[in-house]
Amino acid sequence: MVPLSWYMIFAAALFSTGLFGVLARKNAVAILMGVELMLNAVNINLVALWRYRTPEGIAGQVWAVIVIAVAAAEVAVGLALFISVYRRRKTVVADEIDLMKW
Amino acid sequence: MNINALIWFLPLPPILAFFLIVLVANRKNWISHTLAILAVLLTWAAGMVVFFQAIQTEHLALHPFESAINWFAVGSGYFQIGVLIDPLSTMTLFFVIWTVLMIFIYSVGYHNFGQPKGDHDRPGLPPHGATLSDAHGHKHTVMSIEPMYARFFAFIALFAFGMIVLVISNNLLTLFMGWEIMGLCSYLLIGFWYAKPSARAAMIKAFMTTRVGDVFMLLGIAYLYTQTGTLTYTEIFRPAVLEKLVATPAVFGLFGWSAAALIGVLIFIGTIGKSAQFPLHVWLPDAMEGPTPVSAMIHAATMVSAGVFLVLRMFPLLAAGWEPAAGQLTPPMMFMTVIGSFTALFAATIAVAQNDIKRVLAYSTISQLGFMIAALGIGAYVAAAFHLFTHAFFKALLFLGSGSVIHGMEHGVLHTNDHIDAQNMFNMGGLRKKMPLTFWTFVIGGLALAGFPILTAGFWSKDEILAEAFHSQQWVVLATLALAALLTAFYTMRQITLTFLGKARTPAADHAHETPWTMTFPLVVLAVFAVGAGWFGIGKDFPLLGGLLPNVFHDFVGSTIGEAEVVQFSIWPLLISLLVALGGLTLGWLVYRNYQVGEVDPVQKTLGSVYKILQKKYYFDELYDTIFVRPAVWLSDVFANWVDRTVIDGFLHAIANVVGVIGSFLRNYIDKPVINGFGDLMASITQRLGFNLRPVQTGKIQQYMVYALTTAAIFAAVYFWIISSR
Repeated sequence: MVPLSWYMIFAAALFSTGLFGVLARKNAVAILMGVELMLNAVNINLVALWRYRTPEGIAGQVWAVIVIAVAAAEVAVGLALFISVYRRRKTVVADEIDLMKW
Repeated sequence: MNINALIWFLPLPPILAFFLIVLVANRKNWISHTLAILAVLLTWAAGMVVFFQAIQTEHLALHPFESAINWFAVGSGYFQIGVLIDPLSTMTLFFVIWTVLMIFIYSVGYHNFGQPKGDHDRPGLPPHGATLSDAHGHKHTVMSIEPMYARFFAFIALFAFGMIVLVISNNLLTLFMGWEIMGLCSYLLIGFWYAKPSARAAMIKAFMTTRVGDVFMLLGIAYLYTQTGTLTYTEIFRPAVLEKLVATPAVFGLFGWSAAALIGVLIFIGTIGKSAQFPLHVWLPDAMEGPTPVSAMIHAATMVSAGVFLVLRMFPLLAAGWEPAAGQLTPPMMFMTVIGSFTALFAATIAVAQNDIKRVLAYSTISQLGFMIAALGIGAYVAAAFHLFTHAFFKALLFLGSGSVIHGMEHGVLHTNDHIDAQNMFNMGGLRKKMPLTFWTFVIGGLALAGFPILTAGFWSKDEILAEAFHSQQWVVLATLALAALLTAFYTMRQITLTFLGKARTPAADHAHETPWTMTFPLVVLAVFAVGAGWFGIGKDFPLLGGLLPNVFHDFVGSTIGEAEVVQFSIWPLLISLLVALGGLTLGWLVYRNYQVGEVDPVQKTLGSVYKILQKKYYFDELYDTIFVRPAVWLSDVFANWVDRTVIDGFLHAIANVVGVIGSFLRNYIDKPVINGFGDLMASITQRLGFNLRPVQTGKIQQYMVYALTTAAIFAAVYFWIISSR
């Protein structure tokens, strides 16, 4: 059986990849994709830890499902915002969306 | 009707009239004078009821109408407000209400009611006349109405109130209040034409001079209160109280007098001020600056009478310890005798050399008041009261008459446009044809003043004073008063001759005009009294006439101080008074009947340099100016310019400067650098911090995430470092 630490290492790698995407990419859609990666890394952690530590309960699975649901909702809202921004400003580059800057 | 309630009512109408005129009616002249005259008419009517009740009451002196209410508590007792009608106040009330009523009516005419407004008249100046043009376009000048007509009536109503309060008061405190109200009113009325500098000076002079007397009087009242614990007359005049006062030595053992003597002298000094006796006589002649009804008010009906009334009222105290049989006068009586007789002669000599018709009368008033004071000094209570009574009428008559003359003259002055002094007797002459009613009433008043035998009231009262002096063997007093009476007759005749007889000496006098009925009617009424008032005091044993009419005056007024001694008739004083009266009158007529325009005054020719002294009133004004006024002004100057401006102001300015220096030090070295600096520093630090931190807010979302990540990493590292180091 694959040891728990592999899952953890994989999840950490996935999380770091997502984080890098969020921090480094200019495109807002790509940033959103990075966020999805980070969320899924968390899901892997949740499911793995559930399976290895508390297989008798269902809290881990439920958490994972909630995270998936929230992620779906978040993507829906996020994409809607970007489309709206794109329509007004003809761009989805995060650095250019700086209306709130002083 | 309850007589006491009626007595309380007496002073109310004038004071109500005063307030109504001042507060409501002062813009309407006719309402103002109607109110004032209605008020004194009410008082007059009530006063006459009281008068008749009083004279019909048996033993009024023993059971006077008296009632009082407590006013305010002092120590163990109360000061009271009370009224008292005894024979003395009955008599005084009688002449006060009559003369006051006449003066009020007279004032309507005197202030030219019904005449047009003047062309250039301003409040504070006498009316200058108005120009009218008739149907043919012909212009002529007539008298104009007084600009402050309503104000005048308000003031004299207040004056009447003061006098009535004084007369009916049953204690010295309310008497003093009435006394001071009159002092105020005399100030206001003498300075009625306040835009004239001379009137302003006269008003201040009158107020200040009487104030000297008032201060002493108040001292006397206070001393009396400490000794007896009461100010009510009936309490003070109880034999036990008077004996105690006589037995007590005066405070500090002054002059070896008794307390009664010291109190008496102090109170009498109040009279010296109010009744213008030497040496406080100087204010009265200057008081002629006021309108003539005021002069009549002050010199006949009210103010100067109040002074004599006070000594009459306090006579039991002044005479406490006096033994008529032993012939030894008490110190206050001695003082009064000396002051009174000296004043009588002194003022009479000045009157001889005065040219102003009102000033002659002013000095004659001082002189006649001297007669009364001297009479009281030698114990002639009834004679003094009698002379006060008759004098009030004939002097009011004379003043109103002189006012009428001046009024007539001013008419002439306006008509001829010849600007001469309308009050100078040498500008008059021949007025008997122009102003017959004024002439005859003035002659009656003048003869009464001179003491023309049998007919006039002045003769009976003056004769009685001389008889009393003769009887009590005060030869010096008798001689002084007789000489004064001679001079009185002389200057009275001089006045009548110069004013009315002969020919007109100026065009203005030639165009003089009889005054309206409002002015002549009071003259006629007062002339009746100037003759008739004497008939009620004729001695019982006077040859032929004695006993025809009951000697009401002696019995009634004399009963105030117990049974006054009846003076035995003696032929000598009668001869003296006949001689001086007729002699003086004849002399005056002989000297002045042929006086021509431009001639030197015959008296001046005879007396030479003495005349100058007399005309200058013995230089008393100059003397007082040097002794009192100039030093006072100098002292004020020193106090104002040196003490106040230099010392006190300097001290204050020094304090201010020191405080200013300390303040600016604190401001420049503490407040500004330290406190403000700290405040500013905080502000600028915050500002700079904000300025420097501002670039952090880039608005780039990824940068924020880096910050957040870094922070989270740092926190995590610290956390692990803490955990691992445990």
